[in-house]
Amino acid sequence: MYQYSSGEKLLQLCHDQGKDIAEIAIIAEVENSGNQKEQIIDWLKDQIQVMGDSIKKGLAQDIKSIGGLIGGNACKLQKRLESGDTFCGAVMLKSISYALAVTEVNAAMGRVVAAPTAGASGIIPGVLIALQEEKAYTDEEILHAFIVSGAIGKIIATNATLSGAEGGCQAECGSASAMAAAAAVYLNGGGPEQCLDAAAMALKGLLGLVCDPVAGLVEVPCSKRNASSVANALACAEMALAGITSFIPFDEVVEAMFKVGNMMSPALRETAGGGCADTATARNYSRMLHERRD
Amino acid sequence: METGLFDVLGPIMVGPSSSHTAGAVKLGNIARKIAGEDVKQADFYLHGSFAKTHQGHGTDKALLGGVLGMSPDDEKIRDAFSIAEAAGVNYAFHIADLGDVHPNSARIVLQDQQENKYELIGSSIGGGKVMVNSLNGMHVEFNGQYATIITSHFDRPGVVANVSSVLSRHGINIAFLKVFRQLRGSEARMIIESDQTIAPYILDELKELPDINSVVLVDL
Ligand code: SF4
Repeated sequence: MYQYSSGEKLLQLCHDQGKDIAEIAIIAEVENSGNQKEQIIDWLKDQIQVMGDSIKKGLAQDIKSIGGLIGGNACKLQKRLESGDTFCGAVMLKSISYALAVTEVNAAMGRVVAAPTAGASGIIPGVLIALQEEKAYTDEEILHAFIVSGAIGKIIATNATLSGAEGGCQAECGSASAMAAAAAVYLNGGGPEQCLDAAAMALKGLLGLVCDPVAGLVEVPCSKRNASSVANALACAEMALAGITSFIPFDEVVEAMFKVGNMMSPALRETAGGGCADTATARNYSRMLHERRD
Repeated sequence: METGLFDVLGPIMVGPSSSHTAGAVKLGNIARKIAGEDVKQADFYLHGSFAKTHQGHGTDKALLGGVLGMSPDDEKIRDAFSIAEAAGVNYAFHIADLGDVHPNSARIVLQDQQENKYELIGSSIGGGKVMVNSLNGMHVEFNGQYATIITSHFDRPGVVANVSSVLSRHGINIAFLKVFRQLRGSEARMIIESDQTIAPYILDELKELPDINSVVLVDL
């Protein structure tokens, strides 16, 4: 049995079986779902394909979201990258522009992979595809890193939640950032402990983040929050790869995130009742949107 | 049930929201399976959060796209209004209070070319998952995750046994079976869920059984 519902159990399996997180996770999925390994791999490859497509679409097209609040930002960032005038360098700039691209496509009713959710759909492709392009990882390596992100997400979903309505944005963008951080560490050859440390640090970095979509639409602050979550993921991956560990173990951070979510006022959990959604600008926009409808 | 990788990775869907868009498409898909494919008129009654943010989330296009047979990852959903018009399907959206239901709920009323009406109330319960709560005015419960056979039959002894014996003869394993009725001896429904695909000839055989009025298959 290769089933794991906690980071601790996952690490133990890795050690006892002499396998890495991706190998354990795929065996567990076969056991658990009854599906063939080849079938599972095909599904995952389809998702990676769609992630790449949505990045291309988001960069190429003049996209306007349904609510009209976002679109074209990924292109702007791409131009800055091309200009060579950047603080953060190619990996970071590419990752965040790709995250913006996917979220802009999402907000325009384009096709994305909801991994882990539609609102946080830019973070994992942002990190994975940018790293592949800049560091020449093979498709196989990207596939395995994607599985690692899934293993982290599965543990969070089992012990807490991935839904902004239940746990705030820490559960959506925070979880996605943790998943992406672990995947990035894996790509660079980090071991299972380092993957979990990166995930723990990434989730800690976004702990308490509220879900406050302006007018209830998945546009502001969601799109740019995907970009900051990517930056957070890469920063935490770098720390873990440098040998920095998380004082609080991953499982305890997940538990803390769940508890914080439960303490959050409902106004801060997707109802557009607080945070960015409850600002003068947001309220004006909301009013305008309603008037446009009537 | 154990959380799997695909509860976390995916689905592939058109945005912007799994509950307001992908789930809405699925509700539309289920309504289409129940009404058949020659829908002439579609009315959507939007409740709660569906009523409040349906335009910004494209819930309206998603519901209609689902009724037109589009899947949750179909980029044509964006153009569902014009596609419906070109296909001669009339549609209207209404704001409604459906009472004590999930905040993301809709009542879908479809009418076919023969003026038959079909009505469904369903909710999008998160992550693109849905729950159907009512069918043509009768309380039911199913989520469309399995191949689902829905019967309308008379509440008489032997009906359930006959149906299950036909299924077992064809090697169909019943994962879940629920029976709903309004009054004793009156119209009732069976909701049979299976993880196998159900061939059309099996449905035809079920339709021939005594006391069965109709049988539909919802297989998304
Ligand atoms: S603010 Fe809310 S809706 Fe937007 S990405 Fe975060 S959790 Fe999702």
